[in-house]
Amino acid sequence: MAQKNTPGPMNSEQLLALAPQLLELLKGVQQVELQNVTLEIGDLEFFIPSSAFAPQHPPTLAPPAAIQKPTELIRESYVPQVTEYPGKIREVTLGATKARGGSRSRTITIGGATAPAYSDRLHPPVHPPIISLDVFDMTVSLPAVLRENVKEVMGDPAEWARMNVDTFGADMITIHLMSTDPLLGNASVAQAVKTVEDILQAVDVPLIIGGCGDPRKDAAVFTAVAEMAHGERLLLNSVTLDMAEAKTLESVATAAHKHDHVLLAFTGLELNNAKELNRRLYEYIAPEQIVMDLTTVALGYGLEYSFTIHERARYAALMGDSELAHPVLSAATNAWAAREAWMKMAPEYGPRELRGPIWETVNALTLMLAGIDLFLMMHPAAVLTIKDVIRRLEMTKDIPTEPLQDWVSVRI
Amino acid sequence: MNGSGTMPQKKAKKSIREISPIDVYSLLPRTNCKECGESNCMAFATRVVNGELSLTACPPLHTDKYRKEHESLSALMAPPVRQVTIGTGETGIAVGGKYVLQRHEFTYHNPTPVAIDVNDLMTDEELDERVRQISGFSYNYIGRTLTLNAIAVRSCSGDPGLFGAAVRKVAGATRLPLILCALDPVVMEAGLAVTRGQHPLIYAATGKNWKAMADLALEYQAPLAVFSPQDLPLLRSLVRTLLAYGVTDLVLDPGTVAEDGLARTIDTFTAIRKQACRNFDELFGFPLLGVPLTVWTSGELSEDVLKWREATMASMLLSRYSDLLIMHSLDGWVLLPQLIWRFNLYSDPRKPVSVEAGVKSFGRPDRDSPVLITTNYALTYFTVESDIKASNLDCYLIVTDTGGLSVESAVAGRYFTADAIASAIKEFGVAEMVNHKTLIIPGLSARLSGETEEATGWKILVGPKDSSGIAAFIRERWSAGS
Repeated sequence: MAQKNTPGPMNSEQLLALAPQLLELLKGVQQVELQNVTLEIGDLEFFIPSSAFAPQHPPTLAPPAAIQKPTELIRESYVPQVTEYPGKIREVTLGATKARGGSRSRTITIGGATAPAYSDRLHPPVHPPIISLDVFDMTVSLPAVLRENVKEVMGDPAEWARMNVDTFGADMITIHLMSTDPLLGNASVAQAVKTVEDILQAVDVPLIIGGCGDPRKDAAVFTAVAEMAHGERLLLNSVTLDMAEAKTLESVATAAHKHDHVLLAFTGLELNNAKELNRRLYEYIAPEQIVMDLTTVALGYGLEYSFTIHERARYAALMGDSELAHPVLSAATNAWAAREAWMKMAPEYGPRELRGPIWETVNALTLMLAGIDLFLMMHPAAVLTIKDVIRRLEMTKDIPTEPLQDWVSVRI
Repeated sequence: MNGSGTMPQKKAKKSIREISPIDVYSLLPRTNCKECGESNCMAFATRVVNGELSLTACPPLHTDKYRKEHESLSALMAPPVRQVTIGTGETGIAVGGKYVLQRHEFTYHNPTPVAIDVNDLMTDEELDERVRQISGFSYNYIGRTLTLNAIAVRSCSGDPGLFGAAVRKVAGATRLPLILCALDPVVMEAGLAVTRGQHPLIYAATGKNWKAMADLALEYQAPLAVFSPQDLPLLRSLVRTLLAYGVTDLVLDPGTVAEDGLARTIDTFTAIRKQACRNFDELFGFPLLGVPLTVWTSGELSEDVLKWREATMASMLLSRYSDLLIMHSLDGWVLLPQLIWRFNLYSDPRKPVSVEAGVKSFGRPDRDSPVLITTNYALTYFTVESDIKASNLDCYLIVTDTGGLSVESAVAGRYFTADAIASAIKEFGVAEMVNHKTLIIPGLSARLSGETEEATGWKILVGPKDSSGIAAFIRERWSAGS
């Protein structure tokens, strides 16, 4: 079939020229003072204005004569309004240390929100969003701009996982066991278990185990992986209503309960389905073992559906709908499905080396504002940006920021 | 005129979601005159409440006889965030006019216009070139042309003569609305004097210059921005004072600060809009101006990093209630995500963006022509359509009803399945249109191929993952009847 993501002549020069610079600079390590900024309005401290300052202009549209134009500023106060919500998002802990029966160096807890995301600086997220980087267990077709960063490790999932943690700062790793897909390699359950063992050896961060989407095969793989990794609190990605239909949901949920793992409940942009799937899962596992994936669509391909479903879910949960009060995951990598992310376009739309990562970044930022607790990501520049934004959004105290420069007269 | 018609007193304002058709109906003439095109006043009231019709569609309401009812209805239906117009005529832009905090509560109105800056130190040639680039930037997205919407002329010189000349130059070169940016009222007047009647946005009134700027706004009948960076008591004081002064078309700039000010910026925009929409706070009930351009005032030296930051700031401000944006970057990779996200965010969440299901023919298909299948999500359909048209293919395209979901989402959500494909083939009589039984399914639904062969009895070819590859795919893989 026509392979859409053929690299063609790779614009590697541009990538190499831009990416390292971007990476370096997005860390914000270089803070150089601009020399030619003129500060015409000083530090923007305001004073009660003197009325003599105003030049006299005869107004053509005079207010009714009855109105006395003020000559002094009429002082108003501002009292921040804090909204308390009856509901709270459950906290879910991923990964387990030795003390808790696992082998990870640290655990990660997500969720816990008591207000819509970043809606109130005095209610910062209890647990900031977490980033997991993708690893595939086989050679996969990736957009050229993504492949460039991982081509050395493609086909070696353990090495890929190590690179994601050591070089790109992944909080977690997602191993997509794509080769188990009956329509692709149809790799055996034993092979999948071996791959997960290798990743557990290679890195010490908590893991997400991605299936292939086939409700029967995934159930077989998840059940076996759950048993092998007893106590590790893996996040199994994902369980679906399809599994319920295929009568395989029970086996996975039971295994997750028995071996202490967490389930990702995946539904397609439909809150009633999300609630129904959760209700089915409550029969087998604790609600604190459920994370939801409500579906992430690419920017330009329906991101607004994802944005709104997450805003609705979070608001409903905070208003007391406990069936939706679970942390949520977004596969920001889905941004790359948009042709604007990976395709070469006319020069006025810029190089895809920048367009691709900004697409993934905007996808993630947008859903972060809708309440995402855990992102699946790929491009290093997007990861760095999101981490940087998460850190800055947590700056809830009145840190002494430099006053806003006079942007009106700044020479750019 | 007896009956339940109530003259609303000074009761608390209702949110758009609390207003019932009865509330509107009781203030209408209730003559069922049908001048609005609806069958009766109740039907009209229902459509007004749904945001589908405005009160202007009811001619009798605008007669003297119903003056009081008209006033009451206008107050009832007024959005908690006022609407302000910048510019005039076809290119004029409406900003604000928001009814709700969150999109799903109703729908967002007036997609955020994006203004790009020029300044008064540019030469005539530079101004011409930049204005040409701003006016010319466009992107074709599902059959819509996405464009930039305004030009912000900044006074870098602080010189009235230079500012007036630059504004005159820009105004002569474009029909886009202007935002005049100068904090010195003397400089501002030089710009206003050459744009009389063009309704530019005056940027800005501050704690220092508010009186002079208010006089200019009244004299030139232009909307006025209020700039009070990260000082909400002052912002409220300015709004209160300007309203008392008689200036009512206001736009609020509470300060856009990236980097260390990011949390505060997002918090401030959110707090203002929340108070306006949830508490009907009148001093905050004005359009919000976000200025991602401010990232360019930082000490950062790398242009790519500045553009990157501006892109991230702009996208966050689009989601967080900015009704107007001023930006500096003209790079497509910075602007494209903003223009597309704006389009998406302002689509009506109550209506799935979908097209009618059925079989579409392209070119002049015959009985040996390829048959493709896709979903009825509007973007999916228009993307496939434009790719097929661009390559002059003769073919049939089955459009299945997936409730307006894309292929990927519909496969995941079980709306696009082997059974759905089989029933579409049957329902639309596809077998009677061609002499073969081969169907090309989207690459993103590859996993359905086996089941679909079983369910339909058709041979399934897995097409490309992106429809831009359809032409090449057909060329390489399609031979009629094979």
